[in-house]
Amino acid sequence: MSESRNMVDSELLFQIANMKETPKGAYNIRKNSQLDGRQSSRNIEISTKTDRSGIDIRIKPGTKGESVHIPVIITESGVEELVYNDFFVGEGADVDIIAGCGIHNDGHQRSQHDGVHTFYVGKNAKVRYSEKHYGEGEGTGERIMNPQTIVYLEEGASIQMDTTQIRGVDSTARYTKVQAGKNADVVITEKLLTHGEQFAESKMEILLNGEGSKAQIVSRSVAQDQSKQVFYPQVEGNAACFGHVQCDAILMGRAKITAIPAISANDMDAQLIHEAAIGRIAGDQIIKLMTLGLTEEEAEEKILNGFLQ
Amino acid sequence: MLEIKNLSFRVEDENGETDILKNLSLTIADHKFVVITGPNGGGKTTLAKAVMGITAPTGGTILWNGTDITHMPVTERARLGVSYGFQQPPRFKGIKVRDLLELASGNEALSHEEGCQYLTRVGLCANDYIDREVDASLSGGELKRIEIATILARKTGLMIFDEPEAGIDLWSFAKLTDTFRRLQENRRSTLLIISHQERIIDLADEIVMISDGSVAQHGPKDEIFPKILANTVTGCTYMREGDVQ
Repeated sequence: MSESRNMVDSELLFQIANMKETPKGAYNIRKNSQLDGRQSSRNIEISTKTDRSGIDIRIKPGTKGESVHIPVIITESGVEELVYNDFFVGEGADVDIIAGCGIHNDGHQRSQHDGVHTFYVGKNAKVRYSEKHYGEGEGTGERIMNPQTIVYLEEGASIQMDTTQIRGVDSTARYTKVQAGKNADVVITEKLLTHGEQFAESKMEILLNGEGSKAQIVSRSVAQDQSKQVFYPQVEGNAACFGHVQCDAILMGRAKITAIPAISANDMDAQLIHEAAIGRIAGDQIIKLMTLGLTEEEAEEKILNGFLQ
Repeated sequence: MLEIKNLSFRVEDENGETDILKNLSLTIADHKFVVITGPNGGGKTTLAKAVMGITAPTGGTILWNGTDITHMPVTERARLGVSYGFQQPPRFKGIKVRDLLELASGNEALSHEEGCQYLTRVGLCANDYIDREVDASLSGGELKRIEIATILARKTGLMIFDEPEAGIDLWSFAKLTDTFRRLQENRRSTLLIISHQERIIDLADEIVMISDGSVAQHGPKDEIFPKILANTVTGCTYMREGDVQ
């Protein structure tokens, strides 16, 4: 790893990408808007974009069992950036992509990372994409992250997206759009915890365009204190397809949550389901765990951890 | 020893005040297997919840091994060795059967084998259930058996089960009866079981009949059981009238 990495950097990298050391395979580490380390592999090539800020990640057809780590960390107050990362996943590839953004802000200026990730997933290719967002630091400067994820799935392609934002991010506006072709499969699991005065918005547009395409969207969120969350998951069925949206939220303190799931069927054979539930932690859940010897606070923590696991 | 003295629980509703428990007194000696039975609405579950601390009584005292626990929080009672298996256990999204068994046993590193043993004892095929979430995907009977397994895993001095048979199929029930028989034979805990099932009542050392918020009968099984059976038919006016017709 680069010489410039310190304890704060290491902690952030561990939080967002579970990295304790230099990852195996391809990686690209971005720190305070600068390249901080990169490695391509024989099958995965990472290159800097020439027209705008960001990188291209090209994965050769048939690449199996390889991973790409592309974490972003911001440790200086006042850094604001907009980055475009494009992924070209070749036909029949099967890969893990680990992204994430960590902001440590001890200053008074806002630190902001806006990332636009676009995935072109080739025929029968499989992508598992995980993205963790995390913020920390003692300063009054805001920590802001606005990720956009755009996915194009060719015939038989699949993507499994796990996105997590647990604590520390003051404001986030997420936008996810997936266009699924014939027999393509998308599974999105989104986990979110907001606290204090934080605000989070997540908008999703899933277009099931191909015959036999499938989407499974699960959103689990917890809003504490005075925080606010808004969800707009939308699934559109334009062929014989199957889509399921499930939003589950736990409300605490004086927080507010709005969930507006939408399903639109434009084909006789589109099967779409949505479920949404918002509520406080059930009293009998807390009591049950207290009868096992946990305090009320421990019981609450256990329930939240399980819910967001 | 569990000593319940003059316990009362009064609620206020639109009809005024109702006494759910009326100066109820009951003493249970250590390592006894006691079945509490009686008509619905008689106060059995309220009594059990008062012992666990889930319901706060409006009068009287509860002593566990000489310690006054009447106003003690649920957590502290649990740590003193009181366990309560819910009649209708709650479900948890994201919490696995293994997590509950670990919490119950107080051992975060509960071995796979030990976890599975508790499930086997309630008639569940352990490998199919240990990693399942305790959520709406479980049937009522499965949930109930997992609840009983958590109480077994706690191995505490006082185990209270609230209608363990409710919602459980006949085949699994046979296994459960075996498990209760073994608990009775081992004599390591005091068992208080609210039940209406003859095969569980039959395992009892003592039977407590609770009716209308008070102890109507309490004594050795051989003495009380025949009285209950006799009462079941002749004690009911409606059924007597039915016979006449």
